[in-house]
Amino acid sequence: MVGIIDYGVGNLFSLKSSLAYIGEEAVVTNDPAVLQKCDHIILPGVGAFGDAAEKLRQSGMAEVVLKEAAAGKPLLGICLGMQLLFEKSYEYGEYAGLELIPGVVRPIAPMISEGLKVPHIGWNGLHFPKEKEKSPIFADLAENDCVYFVHSFAAVDCADFVTATAEYGAELTAAVARGNVYGCQFHPEKSGEVGLKILKAFCNL
Amino acid sequence: MITKRIIPCLDVKDGRVVKGINFQGLNDVSSPIELGKYYSDNGADELVFYDITASAEGRALFTDILKKVAETIFIPLTVGGGINTLEDFDRVLKCGADKVSVNSGAIKNPDLIAQAAQKYGDQCVVLSVDVKRVDGKFTVFAKGGRENTGMDAIEWIKKCVALGAGEVVVNSIDTDGVKKGFDLEMLEAVCDAVSVPVIASGGAGSMEDFVTLFKELPKVDAGLAASIFHFSEVNIKELKERLAKENIPMRL
Repeated sequence: MVGIIDYGVGNLFSLKSSLAYIGEEAVVTNDPAVLQKCDHIILPGVGAFGDAAEKLRQSGMAEVVLKEAAAGKPLLGICLGMQLLFEKSYEYGEYAGLELIPGVVRPIAPMISEGLKVPHIGWNGLHFPKEKEKSPIFADLAENDCVYFVHSFAAVDCADFVTATAEYGAELTAAVARGNVYGCQFHPEKSGEVGLKILKAFCNL
Repeated sequence: MITKRIIPCLDVKDGRVVKGINFQGLNDVSSPIELGKYYSDNGADELVFYDITASAEGRALFTDILKKVAETIFIPLTVGGGINTLEDFDRVLKCGADKVSVNSGAIKNPDLIAQAAQKYGDQCVVLSVDVKRVDGKFTVFAKGGRENTGMDAIEWIKKCVALGAGEVVVNSIDTDGVKKGFDLEMLEAVCDAVSVPVIASGGAGSMEDFVTLFKELPKVDAGLAASIFHFSEVNIKELKERLAKENIPMRL
């Protein structure tokens, strides 16, 4: 059973449907007891970092995520859910994250070439660092497989944990992993066949 | 590198796809669910559903079908038609839409864009605008192109982007249905005016029209069309392969 954390941020319909489509039972919940019984946890998120981080804490879900991650349960943060895994974000201020992965989240505008649009929205190819072994959630992917991005902020200072990048006037962090904690900046649930392969591989961990 | 998007658009009335459709291998060509899935499986980068229903009953049916479509396709889904209030946003987003397209609703109440962007984020709000030349000036038309608002299109688009529209679909009434290519002059004017993604609509008649669009105007992010895809005049997979051969970045 996959537990999708519901902390009042974003639309979880597509994520739930895509898991159902690949034959994974999933539950959308904010009940710590239910999450404890799940063998995989997904932390979704859309919106602004500060607001989401506060909701995550207020709902008591931050504590649950940290506890389950420490217990070794596979955890996948998606989009803003991935950004929340880091130490902090500079989105309209400075906000603390869950500190599960070293690094910070900064606006992409100063990182990319002039003239490129922000948000970085659309399908972009994934590049896997050559010097590293491919992350198990990307086992069935090929270099340059496209996934769907929508974001204006990206993780930096996390080179040791980067498992994929995407070229957008700079090599932006597209995915990270540290032990049993995984993060995707893009939306696997909106990335067609490629995205479903990633979700399947995560559920098989 | 970010790829250019190819987007088929389906007009749905009372739960059925309208406009003649000419497909092989589909049992029910008027089913939005079957067609949505077909496009999703055959290379579409995104789907747009326009609800052209007039009655409340038909709208409830649309909502029902939208849910079923969203359950079976895993690419971004934009929904438009009859979006006048935040409740309308809420209704379609709850059914699994990723973005909501506003047109006449924003003309009646531009603040709708600001409210929706605040609540759901800029990336969720797509401005759709029907533009026609009147005395040589790009002018906004409302109500499906029937009503001249007298507004300058470039000023209107700039205003909506400032209010929070995250993407703009530019539909040229002058080229729509003519099938002689996209309205490059109009699109260039829009691209120069705003820094959000611009989606070209109206006028595609062949693969070459897409090649010309992306070669002449590299700033355009996506091409949208309806009938040429519905009638299988242009196959999306073949179109994307052709564009990739021209070194236009594509998701294949």
